[in-house]
Order: sequence, then C-alpha cells, then structure tokens
Amino acid sequence: MIAVSAIRLTDLFAVVMLFGVYSLLTAALFMDLDAVDVAFTEAAVGAGVTTVLMLSSLHLTKRWEATPRRNPAVSLIVVGVTGAALVYAMLDAPLLGDPSDPVHQHVSPRYIEQGPTEVGVPNLVTAVLASYRGYDTFGETVVIFTAGLAVLLLLGVRDDPRKLRSGMDLVGDQVILRSVVKVLIPLILLYGLYVQFHGDFGAGGGFQAGVIFATGFILYELVFGEKVARAVVPPRWLHRLAAIGVLIYGGVGVYSMLAGKAFLDYSALAEDPIDGQHLGILLIELGVGIAVFSVVLLIFYAFSGRSRQQ
Amino acid sequence: MISWSPGIFNYLIVVFLMMSGFYVVIAQGNLIKKLVGLGLFQTSVFILYISIGYIAGGQAPIITDEVADYYSSPLPHVLILTAIVVGVATTSVGLALVVRIHEAYGSVEEDEIHARDWADDNALMEAELEVIAADNRAAESGNESKGNDNKGKDNRQADNHSENETTSKEEGMQ
Repeated sequence: MIAVSAIRLTDLFAVVMLFGVYSLLTAALFMDLDAVDVAFTEAAVGAGVTTVLMLSSLHLTKRWEATPRRNPAVSLIVVGVTGAALVYAMLDAPLLGDPSDPVHQHVSPRYIEQGPTEVGVPNLVTAVLASYRGYDTFGETVVIFTAGLAVLLLLGVRDDPRKLRSGMDLVGDQVILRSVVKVLIPLILLYGLYVQFHGDFGAGGGFQAGVIFATGFILYELVFGEKVARAVVPPRWLHRLAAIGVLIYGGVGVYSMLAGKAFLDYSALAEDPIDGQHLGILLIELGVGIAVFSVVLLIFYAFSGRSRQQ
Repeated sequence: MISWSPGIFNYLIVVFLMMSGFYVVIAQGNLIKKLVGLGLFQTSVFILYISIGYIAGGQAPIITDEVADYYSSPLPHVLILTAIVVGVATTSVGLALVVRIHEAYGSVEEDEIHARDWADDNALMEAELEVIAADNRAAESGNESKGNDNKGKDNRQADNHSENETTSKEEGMQ
C-alpha cells in the first residue's frame, strides 16, 4: 500500500517499477482474501505484462517528467470532497467478512451449492466464468480482441524480416542471462499449458494461461532479440490466432444453438450434460487462452517494433 | 500487520487508493503518469469487489474433499479476473495513443501539447487569413481595396477581421 508514494516521483522509470511492486502486493492481498484466481491474474498481468508495456512506451517517449507548474490546490479540494463523500457512504457498507452480507444472499449460494452438480467442475470461479456467465466472458474476449486491433491500427506491426534487430545490440551477449532464460522459458510455457488445462480443477484458466504463455515469448524476445523471436512466432500468425481464438468461443455457442439449445449451452455438446459442460468449458477456455495470448504478444510486438523505427 | 477483524478497514484503503489515482489523473500533466493513476484507480475497484466477496474464515471457492462452512463468493472473482485482463488491453490502447501523441507532438506533457495546439491553431488562422485576403484582393481588384492593413496582429482582432472580410466577400459575390 505504501507504493502509492509512486505519485510523488518525477522519474517515470521509478514510477513504473513501483507500480509493478504495487501490483504484486495487491496480488498478495487478493490471496489473503481467498481470491486465488484473481491473485494469479493480477500477478501475471499487473506485475508482468503491464510493467513491460509501460517500460516500452517509456522507451518510446521520455523518462523524466516535467515539473508541474499548475496549482494542485483545486484538484486536492475536489479529491478531498469526493473522498469524504465516499467514506461517508462506506460507513453504511456491510461489515467485511460477514456471511450475512447481501453479496452472499442472492446468486452466490446457488453457484456454490448447485455449481458442482450442474457444471461438474470443482473450481467454482471457472464454472461461473465459463458456464453461468459465458455471455459476459465472450464479451470480454471480444473486448480484448478489439483492443488488440486498436493498438495495431495505432502502431502497426512491421513484418519485414530484413529490418529486425538481432538483439545483441540491446543487452549485449550476456551468457548468464541467456543460459538462465533458456532454462526458464520451457518451464514457463509448460506452466502456461498446465494452467490452461487444469483450470477446471485448480486456480487458473484461459485468461491466466494466455498471459503466462505470452510472458514466456516476451522474455524470449527481450533476451534473444526480435529476429529470433519473430522467426518462432511470426506476427502474421498472431493476427489469425487472435481471430481463431474468438471464433472458437463463438463457434461453440453457435454449435449449441444449431443443436437446438441456447447460445453457449454446453449440454448440447455431448450425450451427458456434465460431459458436455466439461467439453464446452475446455473448448472456450482454449479459445480465450489463444485469443489472450496472441493479443498480448501482438501488442508487445507493436510496441517493440515501434522502437526500432526511431 | 493488518487485522482482518470485521470492519470497514478495507473500504477505507479502497477510498484512499481511489482518491490517489483520481488525484493523479486530474492533477498531473504527464500522460503516462495519468495512465498509472488510472491503473491505481482500477486496482482500488478490484480490491473493493474482492473485499465484498470475502467471508471471514471462509475458503477459496474451489470444492475439495473437505467441505468448508463458507466459500467466498465466486461471482466478484470472475468479474475482476476478466476486468484485469481487459484492463491491461485497454491500458495498452492508452499507451499506444500516448506513443503516437509523442511522435506527433514530441512531448507527453499535457501543457506542452496544449501549447502546441494553440500555436498550430494560430498558424492555421494566419494562413487562412492570408488566403481570404488574397481572394478578396482578386475579387475586388477593381473596387477599392480595404482592410488588409492589420494583418498578423493580435489574434482576437484578426479573428474579427476575418469575419468582416468573409462577409464583405460574400457581399462582393452577390
């Protein structure tokens, strides 16, 4: 929580690093509040990908912030008044951790009591994410896909192998770094696959797996250079992969409609409804994983490719 | 370090974080720092949701063999899980915009960008004035030439002047 002092610094590099530390602390807090899936996502996204993206855009802009010339008093007053109003509202809020809170009275008991029998998946977060609220998740996946498109429109990815840097000029030929990363990357990718396919039973799922997988490749590119990384995963594959991921998700929904059930009703996928649920969740998590992975990696390519042009 | 006795301690932290982020967004001029502030604001909302879903003495919502009395509510977890990933996607759109702004303006400070905008607008206005004046001279070459004398002076004056000239031009057309 003390990482909030980030706002006082003018060295943006320090600000971004502090923000990464802050994200990691937030993830620990989520862990303490019994939200393992969320902690997982926050650690992978906030402390990993966001920091890398912010650093690459810092590289493209400026490191030092100009000293602010305006008077902060007005902003402080606005913030103070809003904060006071919120605190006043919070005084009426239900007490933390009380089982009789309104949150635990309406749909949550149904998810918790019926979830294991209706969906047959031990991880209730996955059950709610993929089955009960599959529409929402489909919407989120489309939003991520659209955001990836927007970044591509703004920055673009060059796909010309002759102009790529080999990476030696960035970090130099650092033997220790390369050896360590060589060992780490297969582990990261393996872990990503585990998280992807074990999401039904433990913490994890398509969103986390996609981010972890992308992190592996980002690390690879950072150390071994663009030339090698883009030979392994060319950007033009990623364009298609992102679309394929969203299409898998939507396709499952359309298939269940064709089979005479509602959109995204997985019981249409197999004879036994529970088997259908399993299969459906596996498929759409796969779609989410592919979409998230390719969009995150594409965004990173867009930022790192930009620095090459300048 | 932090006592988890039932209470509103978490909510106070949330308000504090939220207001810090809000302050950064409205008071700081640097666009990247504004995005960091937005991120602070965002995580404060995450913490709020997760705190609401928490039950003291409960378990993470994963059904195991040993049955627990309480599980924390899975619904807020799902909402926030997707929100985090969507958050990084939207943040990267913001960063991409900042990068493009930096390429166009050479700065990511709000003040400098506004200054550049004003300068550009003024330059544009001057250029338009030149064109209008030239048109005027061409249209009214036979008539008496008027109103070209205070060109390039104070902008507000120049603005009025351009309006006058446009109307006079329209009259000339009729």
